[in-house]
Amino acid sequence: MRPFKYSRATDAGNAVSQISANNQAKFLAGGTNLLDLMKEDVERPNELIDVAKLNFTQIKSMNGGVSIGALAKNTDTANHPLVRQNYPLLTQAILAGASQQIRNMASNGGNLLQRTRCSYFYDVAMPCNKREPGTGCGALEGINRMHAVFGWSNECVAVHPSDMCVALVALDAVVKVQGKDGKERSIPFADFHRLPENNPQKDTNLNQGELITAIELPKNNFADKSYYLKVRDRASYAFALVSVAAALETNGGKIKQARIAMGGVSHKPWRAMQAEQFLAGKNATEANFKLAAEAEMKNAKPLEHNKFKIELGRRAIVRALTIAANGGKA
Amino acid sequence: MAEEHDNFDEIELTAEEKELLKDLPGLSELGEARRIFLAQAGAMGLGAFALNLLAQEDVFAAMQTSEGAKFALVTEENAVSVKLKINDVEKALTLDSRVTLLDALREKLQLTGSKKGCDHGQCGTCTVIVDGRRVLSCLTLAASCEGKTVTTIEGLAKGSELHPIQTAFIKHDGFQCGYCTPGQICSAVALMNEAKNGEVSYVTADVRQKPRSIKLSDDEIRERMSGNLCRCGAYPNIVRAIQEVHSGREQAQTWSFHTPDENLAEKKVEKVEKVEVEINETV
Repeated sequence: MRPFKYSRATDAGNAVSQISANNQAKFLAGGTNLLDLMKEDVERPNELIDVAKLNFTQIKSMNGGVSIGALAKNTDTANHPLVRQNYPLLTQAILAGASQQIRNMASNGGNLLQRTRCSYFYDVAMPCNKREPGTGCGALEGINRMHAVFGWSNECVAVHPSDMCVALVALDAVVKVQGKDGKERSIPFADFHRLPENNPQKDTNLNQGELITAIELPKNNFADKSYYLKVRDRASYAFALVSVAAALETNGGKIKQARIAMGGVSHKPWRAMQAEQFLAGKNATEANFKLAAEAEMKNAKPLEHNKFKIELGRRAIVRALTIAANGGKA
Repeated sequence: MAEEHDNFDEIELTAEEKELLKDLPGLSELGEARRIFLAQAGAMGLGAFALNLLAQEDVFAAMQTSEGAKFALVTEENAVSVKLKINDVEKALTLDSRVTLLDALREKLQLTGSKKGCDHGQCGTCTVIVDGRRVLSCLTLAASCEGKTVTTIEGLAKGSELHPIQTAFIKHDGFQCGYCTPGQICSAVALMNEAKNGEVSYVTADVRQKPRSIKLSDDEIRERMSGNLCRCGAYPNIVRAIQEVHSGREQAQTWSFHTPDENLAEKKVEKVEKVEVEINETV
């Protein structure tokens, strides 16, 4: 690991000014991803500002919804009674990721800022536009079984690794951030992460120096009918091949509103808008779930080794919706 | 053996090895015994490459220890002070900012129970308990542990009385090579509390249930222990050990040492087989 200066932030304002003065500085919270990448020489900050003890750990009711602190741990978030009761989709998604040890360390803000697990990004001997802009994409014509089928560019075909974020985009969460001079802003979750386009080195629309302070979940009526399905190479502790966050609000047998998002398929948590639009006003039947899945997956563009994600994605959408419609119990 | 080869020239070295020994930097400053060892190593077929490595190692070791060395080795860059409690003992450390909790435990505090497996948060053998929660010490900066309470495998037993999880691992043979075991045990100890607190997992059927103590099925234990890999594949025994402590129900022990009678019986069988083989050969 390269040498870096370490300091403990005691005040959010100071932490933000400190990081604004050095564009090679990074915030440290749980460290589960950042430290690993520093050991791999992928991330090379010369200064770490430890924000873990800042006071953004609360999980509380807010305007009928719930606000979760950026520095609350993944475990505490998944298990908070307000989250379990009102957003079981989020609880399941968080618990589908990583291991208990890692969830105990990882912060919510850090979960949003995870870097891709693309092996070309991790291997500093390989070309990677995300790690070193202009060097090319090793995965585009390399081994790309784990890679994107939606929204990729010739510059980058990596996928976002988070499960939590897939639920958050389905739940229309809002990210609260604090910038220089105490300036605060709110970013709708769907706009937080970005597609690679021509500058895949940028994962998010966060500006240098901005600190995530909270994630807000608006009130909804999905708690009775939602499910997070994760398909992976082993039963637990592996990144998704495909995952689906599904939530339904129904009236009688009719779908008032559907929310569907996918993980493991794109550079950002993928909101399946085509499928959602198809289901609005339809009956909650398996036949309709199949048509909705088809409406979404027909736009997918596979790479050489991940064509299986199209059929897998279709079936995962149908199964997640079916389980959600049955009360969310697999 | 040293008496047999007290002279370089008596040892059969290839021309290349002789040349190498002559040219190695700093070798002339090494002690006689070491030179002889190196020469013998060559004679015993370790080869030029190994010789080179051995000699380099010695030269570097000499640099560190000799007084008035030309340069001082930097031991800590960006030193950070941190106070924490480890296994009920207060510790105050000054460390390079890069030192992980795992390295601090193993290299600075001689607590080598916690193991370094992958060092990248993938295997779980470095698992320790910080402020009551199991975490990966390889992905924790020691500097970030200011004021925290750390329990390692060394801190679980009360004197000579093992933690129930430790006892159960022995009873159910929850290991083969043992390298993952400190992590498995720390993880399992924390798991007991998570279940008591009613924390749910990805395989819990109803995550909306009110938080109350959860009875874990074997599937629940497998899911909750998935961050601890065991390459020997002792998983069934690990699950059995954890289930016994968690449920309080005794689990059948699936192995036992041979009794003297069994040993005797086996010997008799061997004898019979031998006789049969002899008979077959005669036939």
